[in-house]
Amino acid sequence: MPPSVAAGLRITALVSVGKHPSSGRARRADQDARAVEMGLELSPQGLEVVHAGDAQEAILRDYAGMGLNSVKVIQQPVEADVVPALSEYLSADLPDIVLTGVRSESGESSGMMAYLLGEKLGLPVVTRVAEICSISGGRAEVLQALPRGQRRALRVALPFIASVDTAATPARQSAYGPAMRAQLEAENRGIEIVDAVRVNWTESPARKRPKRLKVVKAKSAADRFRAATAKATGEGGSVMRNETAAEKAQAIFNLLVEEGVLR
Amino acid sequence: MSDEIIRRDPRAEWIARNRLHPQHAAMVEQVLAEVRGPSGLIRRNPHAVGFIGPNGIKRIDRLNTDTQAGSGARRKATKRAELPLHRVETPDYYIAVVPDFVGGRLTSHDRDVLGQAHQLIREIGGAGAVLAIIFGESREESFDRAGVDRLMHLTGENYAGYAPEACVAALEQVEQLLSPRFWLFPDSVSGGFEIGCRLAARLDERIITQAWQVDLQTTFCRGAGGTSDISRPTERILLMVQECADPIDETRHEVLAIEAVQPKVLKSTLEDLGQVAVDPNSVALGEAEFILSAGNGVHDWDNFHHAATVLGATEAGSRVVVDDGHMPRFRQVGASGTWVTARVYLAVGISGAVQHLQGIAQCDKVVAINTDIGCDMVKRAALSVIDDSDEVLCELIKLVQEFRQREVTDAA
Repeated sequence: MPPSVAAGLRITALVSVGKHPSSGRARRADQDARAVEMGLELSPQGLEVVHAGDAQEAILRDYAGMGLNSVKVIQQPVEADVVPALSEYLSADLPDIVLTGVRSESGESSGMMAYLLGEKLGLPVVTRVAEICSISGGRAEVLQALPRGQRRALRVALPFIASVDTAATPARQSAYGPAMRAQLEAENRGIEIVDAVRVNWTESPARKRPKRLKVVKAKSAADRFRAATAKATGEGGSVMRNETAAEKAQAIFNLLVEEGVLR
Repeated sequence: MSDEIIRRDPRAEWIARNRLHPQHAAMVEQVLAEVRGPSGLIRRNPHAVGFIGPNGIKRIDRLNTDTQAGSGARRKATKRAELPLHRVETPDYYIAVVPDFVGGRLTSHDRDVLGQAHQLIREIGGAGAVLAIIFGESREESFDRAGVDRLMHLTGENYAGYAPEACVAALEQVEQLLSPRFWLFPDSVSGGFEIGCRLAARLDERIITQAWQVDLQTTFCRGAGGTSDISRPTERILLMVQECADPIDETRHEVLAIEAVQPKVLKSTLEDLGQVAVDPNSVALGEAEFILSAGNGVHDWDNFHHAATVLGATEAGSRVVVDDGHMPRFRQVGASGTWVTARVYLAVGISGAVQHLQGIAQCDKVVAINTDIGCDMVKRAALSVIDDSDEVLCELIKLVQEFRQREVTDAA
């Protein structure tokens, strides 16, 4: 169920063309699809999905198949830097929330777009959002995904930019019929800024990086011999045998408190 | 790395000088003073070699390990070898590194990035210094061994909790003051990526993320979600992946403190409401922080589940208990199950098959509760308790409940 949300909330989800990690085929990008899903849950009426790129891209229909009437496409050539065009488009009519993925699955995939847009538009950026819990009084309470499955609660004033983490709700399936019926509204805003740095790149399939080897830097022959023959042993933990169960439990408890895992 | 140094025993020397001391005779035999002949060669007294064995026959130990073992005249102490100190008197330029500093300590990723910074300094030449900028409380003791030449430590309530904007404001000031030649960040989910991107956006500079091989001209980085390699000209702000360079291990560094910058305090747009309690069993086993794992030695399953709830630990099991149907398959730890990365792994009644030990290879602290002292899990564990698992778990539950009670009353 959608959380408590002010009526008429306007959300823009920015989507890109993804790439399947193993087959390499084009797909809807995982995090972007989750962003669309989040937008659909929060405000199905006020959601607008925007793509900067080629309007002929078939993958955009996969997003549309999630239940969208239309997908807006800002026409951009492949080698263009999309941030100026997007910021110009967004600043013309600023929505309450801009949702993106954390990192794209194609191109440079630097993850900078949310921050650049935030800097250009002067909006706060919330990273790695797992859930938007509630929006009231012009402020949103947001759950941020942390490493190891932890969550942090943040409060941020509207409007803001949020990058959606893979911890967010998985995207719903794309339906073929609605996908075909949806309109791709192409728009050419006349901003085409070619990414000058990108021209000098060479791109190749990812090479597997070698594992780091254990290098023995022994000064003497005896040390080298020891390093070659010594059995890797754990540094011999303490063993409690004859104490009472209470004492043993106390020792474990102390270790847990020391490590800070008891919350 | 450890070599042995010889300590003098003044008392033994005093006894050796004092002919009237009752222990003199015994002591003198063993004090083998170095005697040099007229040509300066060391002369060895062949009669003083060896010792008299228990049956009165002279024995010579030719293992040559320690001729004076057992005499007590000299004791040995082991000492860590002092690494050479790397000094930078007046740095010509800085390379700034902003470590993740998870839990107030340098992570291995941070050390790799510091190693990368020194690699860049070697390539540039001149007197370059690595400046580490850390935020919040520090519990790290080995900055010198990690390769930190200069340290800027920013503490205070501005940087407490989650405050990326305050951090970036401080880094911006550092940029104005020192204008480092490079900015290096670890490209990690625990902060480095976010701070690096925010700084680059603020400074309006191009960034390279997922960089894994950097020199002054070209950088190789991962693109397209890690499926392609991009070779491109090196930029000033770099986000490095893990194992990008070897960490520093042959030198010590000065760790001179640099006065902390005082950026203007801006009101943060992000209000930190603190961490949220998460159901530990909803966390994926592979990334759980604290795991309570059951093996064949667990009999009282209700008690075990109760213990997991009270401790707030994620449940897991060995292959045997999963095969027996006590746990679902996705809770299995080991070669054919999940490879876990927990910080604390509490193994209850698990003897430690090789496949299981492979699965917990990346755990920091392993605690074993087992009845068999000879099992492999006890050898792996940092703390082992030899007892019946159910009893110890009951006691542990009591302790934790008391602890929680105390916290509640303290808070009230």
